[in-house]
Amino acid sequence: MTPPRIGVLCSRIRVEEKLLLQAFRARGVEPERIDDDELVLDIAGAGPAPWDAVLDRSLSQSRALAALRVLEAQGVATVNTAAVVTLCGDKVATSAALAARSLPTPRTLVAFTPEAALRAVEELGYPVVIKPAVGSWGRMVSRLNDRDAAEAVLEHKRALGTAADSVFYVQEHVDKPGRDIRSFVVGGETICAIYRESDHWITNTARGGRASNCPVTADIDRLSLAAAGAVGGGMVAVDLLERGDGELLVSEVNHTMEFRNSIDTTGVDIPGRMAEHVLALAAGRPLVSAAS
Amino acid sequence: MAANTATCPECDAPVAIGTDAEVGEIVSCPECGADLEIRSLAPARLDVAPPEEEDWGE
Repeated sequence: MTPPRIGVLCSRIRVEEKLLLQAFRARGVEPERIDDDELVLDIAGAGPAPWDAVLDRSLSQSRALAALRVLEAQGVATVNTAAVVTLCGDKVATSAALAARSLPTPRTLVAFTPEAALRAVEELGYPVVIKPAVGSWGRMVSRLNDRDAAEAVLEHKRALGTAADSVFYVQEHVDKPGRDIRSFVVGGETICAIYRESDHWITNTARGGRASNCPVTADIDRLSLAAAGAVGGGMVAVDLLERGDGELLVSEVNHTMEFRNSIDTTGVDIPGRMAEHVLALAAGRPLVSAAS
Repeated sequence: MAANTATCPECDAPVAIGTDAEVGEIVSCPECGADLEIRSLAPARLDVAPPEEEDWGE
């Protein structure tokens, strides 16, 4: 049997990509690295694409989306798909997809001018959070404690940002217990979860949040699968917030999950599970999607 | 385990490249701390890693 032809679209080889390459090799498959710096895609090119499946690990959301669209048109199985990246890459799109499935989320308002955004802020009450609709790693996520701060940040975003920065995503501040939960969903299964604890209200591990194991309870499992399903399945990391009364809310769904801090923490071979999902997809027997 | 040594393009210090290194991997210069990208393995060659772009993330 010929081994499956696996492509890994990447920008840089971080710890995650290195572990994924090693996970494929451990399963007898030498993946082809597709460097998005070097890539030239012929959109209506002759002949089939040289991969059965492509795993997107590009750091750049714009590049990933463009490449995935072309590859999918050429019949390549992709994970995550362009549709998933489209929904996860834009917080307005994510929130709308979660709302369409009636999943619990922090209350979120969207406005397009600083004046309207200020009305949204005051409707939710202080403190309130505003986030760029497109962005990651906690960049430019702001907690506004009063009207002075709100006016300043909104006006700065309008004056200094691009048109996209004037899509104001205004969110209820959830007074979480110094931590949030990140669960990892691969092919319709919640494979593990971590707590991310921080003295700062932003708990991203990219921003210094500490990871510890979080047992996957029935509630975490159910909500994680539902959130993954809402964005189209695949392999995603779901960020969950806990209210004071224990209610769980879906905060974000990430499509190119980072997991270096979560393998030893959870004891789960995350890159191995991801590689197996990609290989199953390449063989045309995808693991059951959470979307189904 | 260093199979290889390259030179930091920023400060000229020797930088050890591990045997399991991959092209495209980011390493730090032990002398000056610059983030460096491995451009080739044989011979080992390093470039200053490009800065983070606005649409990078997970």
